[in-house]
Amino acid sequence: MAMFIRVDVDQAIVAKTEGLAAKLVEVCPVKIFAPGSNNGVQVVEANVDECTLCDLCMRASPDGVKVVKLYEH
Amino acid sequence: MRLYEFEAKRVLAKHRIPVAPQKLANTAAEAEAAATELGGPVTLRAQVLSPKLLKAGSVESAATPAEAAKKAAKLLDLDDGGRKPKGVLVLKKVDAGADYSLAVTYDGTRKLPVMIAATVPGNVEDIADQHPGKVARRHFSALLPFSDYTAKELVSSLGIKGAELTRLTGVVSRLARLFLDYDLTQANIPSLARLADGSFAARDCYMDMEVEGRARQGAILAELGIADDDTRAVREPTAFETAGKKIDDDDPRGIVGPVVEFDGNIGLVIGAGGGSLTLTDAVIKAGGRPANYAAIGGNPSVGKAVALTKLVLSKPGVEKIAVMSNVVSNTRADLVARGVIKAIVEMGFEPKDKIAIFRVPGAWEADAVKILKKYGVDYCDRTVSISEAAKRAVEKIGA
Repeated sequence: MAMFIRVDVDQAIVAKTEGLAAKLVEVCPVKIFAPGSNNGVQVVEANVDECTLCDLCMRASPDGVKVVKLYEH
Repeated sequence: MRLYEFEAKRVLAKHRIPVAPQKLANTAAEAEAAATELGGPVTLRAQVLSPKLLKAGSVESAATPAEAAKKAAKLLDLDDGGRKPKGVLVLKKVDAGADYSLAVTYDGTRKLPVMIAATVPGNVEDIADQHPGKVARRHFSALLPFSDYTAKELVSSLGIKGAELTRLTGVVSRLARLFLDYDLTQANIPSLARLADGSFAARDCYMDMEVEGRARQGAILAELGIADDDTRAVREPTAFETAGKKIDDDDPRGIVGPVVEFDGNIGLVIGAGGGSLTLTDAVIKAGGRPANYAAIGGNPSVGKAVALTKLVLSKPGVEKIAVMSNVVSNTRADLVARGVIKAIVEMGFEPKDKIAIFRVPGAWEADAVKILKKYGVDYCDRTVSISEAAKRAVEKIGA
């Protein structure tokens, strides 16, 4: 379980946007996203704490992905 | 990378610097045969790399071949940092009309190679301390072609004249040239005997090659039979060190290493270029006893920091770790903080109980501070000097 970062994904938004799931898998430098079912993505929990806070996923889908710093809460 | 004495002497001989009559023996019987062949009293030198053994305990004298066999057996049984000696060098004792010492090394202050000669045998640095009047030095360029004249100036400055000046100049010149040709960091002949006929013979020799020079020095290394995987470490790696190397090998992100095990109690997770060496020295200077040296940098992953922290904290006798670095730009303080804390929590401890000090100023420091604060760990910023950070770590952990 990740201790420092949480990645929230709105699967409905990802699924309805053509190519977004593949884009998320592609842009993340630490492999937090993996292809999921029904055109969605899975969050690879083991990699979440490796998040470099690059924001590339949030830029790819400002409404569909949210990265939360747990240490700020 | 240290060459064994017998290898260094092969290099000397290749470059027409004579060596005293000698034979390499791998068994007591071979040592006895070598002593018989050489005739007369002999000196036996175990071929070792351990600095401790090189200082004392690896040399014996024998008056007869039988005694040579007995003493060779003892030397061949030495523990050279987890290895056995690579044979025993059996040297014929030669009478010397005079005995000199020569050394070529780098002068870190002048940033130039320097030749050093003394009119007495021994380690030139010790001679310089004890008999400064018997030592002469000359710097030379590592870029321009070497000039024999510089060597002649060096020898002449010791008051040596005539044929001896000419002969010794040749030895010094050849030593300086092979120093440059083979990327050596030192080429020392602590005992260069002048024989009855006026010629010279090296009785003792050691050489160190720059590790980065290995790629360029394939030919001589092959000639000496030194394999690519022969690292010439002063001792075999411990299980702790092997585990540290595996952490680095398993994840290409960032660097962990070299990991070196010591026998102290202060676990070190340290980094930032030369900062890790400075920090280790600072801990020792503050009276602390490091349990390890383990540099982390080059923007390691959180997982790499987790693995290193777990390794250091799992070492028997290590109760706390000091996480310190110089100011970092290519390593993120927040990722190091995440890794260290995650490791401690996964091991079932409270971070504040295991981290004696956390001083990693630089990139993403603000996030590191928030992470540490959440887990009750105090943070030291760059206003706390490396020396002060080391002192605080030693005070918290105890020497």
